[in-house]
Amino acid sequence: MIALIPLFPLLGFAINASMGRRLPKAVSGGLASLVMVASFVVSVMVVWQIADLAPTQRVIEQTLYTWITSGDFKIDLTLRVDPLASVMILVITGIGSLIHIYSTAYMHEEVDREFARYFSYLNLFAFFMLVLVLGASFLVLFVGWEGVGLCSYLLIGFWFEKRSAADAGKKAFVVNRIGDYAFILGTLLLFVRFGTLDFQRIASATAPLAPESMFGTLSVATLLLFIGATGKSAQIPLYVWLPDAMEGPTPVSALIHAATMVTAGVYMIGRNAVLFSHAPETMMVVATIGAATALFAGTIGLVQNDIKRVLAYSTVSQLGYMFLAMGVGAFGAGIFHLYTHAFFKACLFLGSGAVIHALHGEQDVRNMGGLKAALPTTYWTFLIASLAIAGVPGLAGFFSKDEILFETFAHGHTILWTIGILTSLLTATYMFRLVFLTFHGTRRHDAPAPQHPEEEEPTAHGAPSHTAASDAPSHDSHVAPSHHLHDAPAAMAFALVVLAIGSVFAGYIGIPGALGGHNALGSWLEPSFTARSVTTLADAQVAEPGEASGTGEAGGEVNSGVELPLMLVSSVVAIAGIALAAFIWLKRREIADKAAATFPGLYRLLLNKYYVDEIYDATVVQPIRIVSQEGLWRGIDVNIIDGAVNGTASIVDGSSSLLRRLQSGSVRTYAGSLFIGVVLILGYYLWR
Amino acid sequence: MIPLGHYLVVSAILFAIGTAGVFLRRNLITILLSIEIMLNAVNLTFVAFGRAQGNVDGQIITFFVMTVAAAEAAVGLAIVIALFRHRESLNPDAFTSLKW
Repeated sequence: MIALIPLFPLLGFAINASMGRRLPKAVSGGLASLVMVASFVVSVMVVWQIADLAPTQRVIEQTLYTWITSGDFKIDLTLRVDPLASVMILVITGIGSLIHIYSTAYMHEEVDREFARYFSYLNLFAFFMLVLVLGASFLVLFVGWEGVGLCSYLLIGFWFEKRSAADAGKKAFVVNRIGDYAFILGTLLLFVRFGTLDFQRIASATAPLAPESMFGTLSVATLLLFIGATGKSAQIPLYVWLPDAMEGPTPVSALIHAATMVTAGVYMIGRNAVLFSHAPETMMVVATIGAATALFAGTIGLVQNDIKRVLAYSTVSQLGYMFLAMGVGAFGAGIFHLYTHAFFKACLFLGSGAVIHALHGEQDVRNMGGLKAALPTTYWTFLIASLAIAGVPGLAGFFSKDEILFETFAHGHTILWTIGILTSLLTATYMFRLVFLTFHGTRRHDAPAPQHPEEEEPTAHGAPSHTAASDAPSHDSHVAPSHHLHDAPAAMAFALVVLAIGSVFAGYIGIPGALGGHNALGSWLEPSFTARSVTTLADAQVAEPGEASGTGEAGGEVNSGVELPLMLVSSVVAIAGIALAAFIWLKRREIADKAAATFPGLYRLLLNKYYVDEIYDATVVQPIRIVSQEGLWRGIDVNIIDGAVNGTASIVDGSSSLLRRLQSGSVRTYAGSLFIGVVLILGYYLWR
Repeated sequence: MIPLGHYLVVSAILFAIGTAGVFLRRNLITILLSIEIMLNAVNLTFVAFGRAQGNVDGQIITFFVMTVAAAEAAVGLAIVIALFRHRESLNPDAFTSLKW
């Protein structure tokens, strides 16, 4: 039953990859969407099934076959659904289905073959992502982990004829590999320490241990895993690939680079909650990196001009929140935010896709404006999702973000909480800057696109991308009169509306105790973060009630007196951010320009994304390139390796050019040397 | 009865004469003749040893050597004639094309 969930997308991939080029678009797109919906239905049934079980027993396992046997070492290909995985599969298949449906309309300008290629990649991605979250051991998770990285590469570089897209795909792949390398090391270290790679076994082996006060094996292993997570989930220092990933088709950005794949790192930490909570040093690092990334990406998002890039930095920033939650031990809050974020960020990306679609590839917000009347569906859904991400009370983002901030405060990290609040202000501001610039004001679309100087349009490694984005092969095929803007077609509008509804109501399954709810999601997830549920499957009798206290929501009812004022603060901050954006970008547009002119250094710093790409280029890429080129290639390879081979040849050549003088061609010389040789040999035997 | 040593000395002298001929003469036919002398010096030792030991083995081997020598002389002369037709010369130093 569980195996069906990933198998449906795999089936879709197999059909579209093998026969897709002969299928019409309606069939290949419909098939891809259908398998996702089927997978979603099965997921719902499976979750229904585990919801019937007692809270500590909510685990279903299915072992497909034994994958590796080597002596005592044995890895089964096991899929396991527990409360954490159930949330993930619902998000992946649910939002995945919507994005598939949306894509059928968004990609309709592609030729049949490309269309099928797109959907086969998308299905393959869903398959690997489901393997990632369903895998019961590190090794199975790693299969999915690598697989989604591959699909991400393929989809970012989907329009590979465009140089910048191909480069962005490579960049994503290489940066991910760096993280994956650390992830493998962490996995191996855990295997050496525990002798198993199964999550449950590792958790139950860790649970009785005292948290490491010093820097020990667990800390090192979890840190390595976290480095892997920074690669996949775009945190400092490995976040650089995500903004460039926006070169891919917009639905891909929504599915992979906002809703699902980038949350894999958060999921992985949640999956190993017991392990991570035994390494307080790592937890501190996770929380700090998360908070730093949230703020850092938020400031960059404030000045970017590409609509998708703003959303990309917003994603990085929101992922920072999730890691902040994970780092302070509020695993439930982190997953809650992951879940709500999937709705509103997917909605925002799909909304931006609808805008780009309507404007035939225009991505620069400076050339938009006044689209509210022309694109009402897009506008309202985009607005709702923006309200949700900004944290306006009553919408999904409010509950999850607020829970993270509350947990951070409750665990005593006041500085991190301050950073979180500041980021929440930034979030509200840049999101509404986007809303106002795109949908309000006067329409600037018909004006010829200004030729931006190179430094004004920062792109990774000189890739000329966004003003040229209208050259994207998908969009130049039909050039409609630009004053006739069409709103999202039915399939796109459907996805947008469903996601907007989700952005409003998704938060209501996690209403905190302070607001009269009972945090249903938190208690649903709770068993996944403790070792108690973990032992139940292996040994159902061991479930001792006392063991549950170590991790999870420490605050709960105790601090609810603080929670309400904190909520008030973050609501006020969110509304202040929106008001600020409204004031600047609706009323007094010149303030922004003036501010940019007053602090040219700061503005340029932000516009160029703190020059991080340039710094990485100078400190990592160039040294490696120089060492490889001058040292490894021209030094070691040419001189030593080639030198050894060529040296052998020239020694043979030199000595034989001397020896061949012996072959004079004169028969008498040969006879003479023969005679002398015989005499010498005989002489030796006679006189010895 | 002539002792074995005398035969061997004669044989050695003959062999030395033949060797010297091979090295010193400048005529291919003379060199072939010198090789015959060397072969016959060896034949002489075989026969002498056979007689000294009182069996016929030495003489049997000598017959073999003589047949082979006949064949060798025939082939050798044929080669010499071919070479002469080719180069109009019998000097072995003229034939040094097969070098290096």
